[in-house]
Amino acid sequence: MTQRVSRRRLGLTYRAREALGGYSFVLIWIAGFLIFTLVPLGQTLYYSLNQVTVSATGINLRFVEWNNYTRALFTDPTFTSLLIEYAIETLVSVPIIVIFSLIIALFLNLKLKFKGIFRTIFFLPVVITSGPVIQELVAQGATSVPGLTLPESVTSFIADLPVYLRNPIDYLLTSFILILWFSGVQILIFLSGLQKIDSSTYEAASIDGASAWEAFWKITLPSLSGTTILVAVYTIITLSHFSENKVIKYIYGQTYAVGGGIGYASAMSFLYFFVLILLLGIVYFLLTYRAKGQYG
Amino acid sequence: MRISIPLNRIRPELTSSQNRVRWEKLRSFLFGSRTSYGLVTNVLLYMVLIAIGFVYLYPLLFMFVTSLKSPTDLLNPMVQWIPSEVYAGNYEKAFRVLNYPQTLASSLLISVVPSLIQAVVASVVGYGLARYRFPGKNLILILLLATFIIPAQNTVIPQMLTYRRYGLLGSIYSLILPAVGGQGFRSAIFILIFYQTFQSLPKVLEEAARLDGASDLTIFLRIAVPAAVPAYIISIIFSTVWYWNETYLTVIFLEGGIQSLPMQLSKFVQAYENLYPPGTVNIFDRLNEAVKLSGTFLNILPLLIIYFVLQKWFVESVERSGVTGQ
Repeated sequence: MTQRVSRRRLGLTYRAREALGGYSFVLIWIAGFLIFTLVPLGQTLYYSLNQVTVSATGINLRFVEWNNYTRALFTDPTFTSLLIEYAIETLVSVPIIVIFSLIIALFLNLKLKFKGIFRTIFFLPVVITSGPVIQELVAQGATSVPGLTLPESVTSFIADLPVYLRNPIDYLLTSFILILWFSGVQILIFLSGLQKIDSSTYEAASIDGASAWEAFWKITLPSLSGTTILVAVYTIITLSHFSENKVIKYIYGQTYAVGGGIGYASAMSFLYFFVLILLLGIVYFLLTYRAKGQYG
Repeated sequence: MRISIPLNRIRPELTSSQNRVRWEKLRSFLFGSRTSYGLVTNVLLYMVLIAIGFVYLYPLLFMFVTSLKSPTDLLNPMVQWIPSEVYAGNYEKAFRVLNYPQTLASSLLISVVPSLIQAVVASVVGYGLARYRFPGKNLILILLLATFIIPAQNTVIPQMLTYRRYGLLGSIYSLILPAVGGQGFRSAIFILIFYQTFQSLPKVLEEAARLDGASDLTIFLRIAVPAAVPAYIISIIFSTVWYWNETYLTVIFLEGGIQSLPMQLSKFVQAYENLYPPGTVNIFDRLNEAVKLSGTFLNILPLLIIYFVLQKWFVESVERSGVTGQ
């Protein structure tokens, strides 16, 4: 009671008091965001415009304008080709992961026995996937589809393709299981999306004579449009943040390399971030554009 | 699916109505009806699922089988899937190379401690976002998503330099401090999980407690936290697993100090050659893929155990926590 009186004396409205309470809960995050995200982000941006040398006493900066960026884009052949490769591989993997996880989710949504066992299997990779483990498995050739040997005509056809087409196909063949391994969380997201669809919609459709096929295209898929965007965005981000990602490895290597340095690595990080945003934008646009064209 | 063979041609002694009934029964047994899938459909479904499941588990099976092969089995092209003997020598070597007891302990330390802190902070922030209206809330939610998107390498170098200045590089504080500020590894996901959880809880109890004069903190600790226990469990196990598997941040922040299992695995060849210098050991003790894969298996073994013990929490979590609500 005394508390309430004192608060009223302070002259705070209910609104202001509520806001104050909210800020006190969120404050720790705001502080953390400033210290561990915003300031380092700004510093990295600043480094990217400088030639950075680290000595025992401190950091020496020499302002070089956009030189680090132009170097990464126009004179470093490795970085640009890795970046293009990353973009293509991501654009190839995302539809595969989205479609595969949707199919598995549809299977797991059926009335089947042992559903739990299958769900456990499909989620297992999420738990064990780490950079070094994947690296070992790829090195031992455990990630390509077992028993898959292509006829010679196909391999020679692939070998004749231009490099930007050949690389993604090679990537598909050698790491197909790896791509699928990234769909664990996505399957569960789709599954929960499927379970949210009202079953009475299906009943109504089947009374009207719709087949299961029609119901899938006209009910299931449109209801999952939001979920699909979420899955696609999640997929792009996990693929782009994975520590075995070639661009990330290259940037990391350049941080400590003699010819590279922190400034150069920072510039590349920002270019990489920009491409990531671009990819997110492309995929988001494609998904929403289609949805708008068809259903709205 | 409807196959129309006139049955009276096959068994002419039956009348046509009997025929139809029997045929309908057979058809629904094989191909399903409105209420069940039928034998053929079921068999097909299971076959597809088992096939995909096999492809999915293939790398793991390959790893496990290879890790049990003796050097002679490895060279023998006849031995594919079933080793001629169960050979534990690879595991003995990998155990020593990985320095298993010590790296296991530090892996546990660097994954459990930050995730506990992360869960606590995420719940506080998530509660604030879910239960209070204040100006700038939407901005915070947008920035929260931004922290999820921004790649680690865009923020990691200045942090690393700062830690170095204060002598925190190589110690667990370099992982704990960001977690305290809600900027740990994938913190945004956990904050959103708590945000969703607290939003879906009924507000009535909290309002009643407020009328009784409980302070905001008491309401949070006494009412909100007990109701969100599942979200805590999910957050802690998920972030433990993710911290365990994370190598980009740990290599930058911990190298030279704490040595985790995945970090040691990525240096496996080097570490092996330190223990068993090439040229001084006989041919059976050379580094081969079976030893490497034993190391990999030892690396994921604790995670597998956690997974199978807490399996229910993992797979039901995404539905339960309602991450997909947005």
